[in-house]
Amino acid sequence: MIALTSEPIDVTSALYELQSAQAGAIDIFLGVVRDNTQQRPVDRLEYEAYDRMAIGEMQKIADDANQRWPLLRCLIIHRKGTLQIGEIAVLIGVATAHRADAFEACRYIIDTIKQTVPIWKKEIFMDGEIWVNAHP
Amino acid sequence: MNSTVSVLLFGITRDLTGQSTVSVSLPANARVAELLNQLHQNYPALASIRSLLVAVNGEYAEADQLVHQNDEIALIPPVSGG
Repeated sequence: MIALTSEPIDVTSALYELQSAQAGAIDIFLGVVRDNTQQRPVDRLEYEAYDRMAIGEMQKIADDANQRWPLLRCLIIHRKGTLQIGEIAVLIGVATAHRADAFEACRYIIDTIKQTVPIWKKEIFMDGEIWVNAHP
Repeated sequence: MNSTVSVLLFGITRDLTGQSTVSVSLPANARVAELLNQLHQNYPALASIRSLLVAVNGEYAEADQLVHQNDEIALIPPVSGG
């Protein structure tokens, strides 16, 4: 399942969706808002998405992961809007028969999301703001 | 004959231009590379961005892809999800 949401991400319900009788391993990766970037204190993050394309690109990543690893379940949920310190920005969940596939697939999915999915985050500092990765 | 296409802007490109959609006039049978050139001419501030890609109808487009008036076109600055 792929989702882009303005609501807080619920880890417990994600876990329920990932469970299956054949799954010997479930990996859940959470990307969480940190309180600093290179020691500069962060107040909050603002996420913006090109919704239609972001969902399409996340679906492609899930499809690729399904081709490469024997996934029983795959979940990608990305948040948008304003997020405070400690909130979950992204949840990746995979269920597989064995743990090696779960670890590898989970890592592949989050690493690829960061490269291709049209979602942008602005870091709001106490004394300014910056679109992450935007400048040389 | 020129045609006008509208381009969706996000993130830093929206902040730099102050607009979430801009119109660009292009010659007939223009390609993505020409659209990018025209955008840079119209909005010189875009030069400060590390890289810019174009999406056509929700898919990343190559520089030589044709741009049609009814396409949904978006400018994609460096992504930073996750």
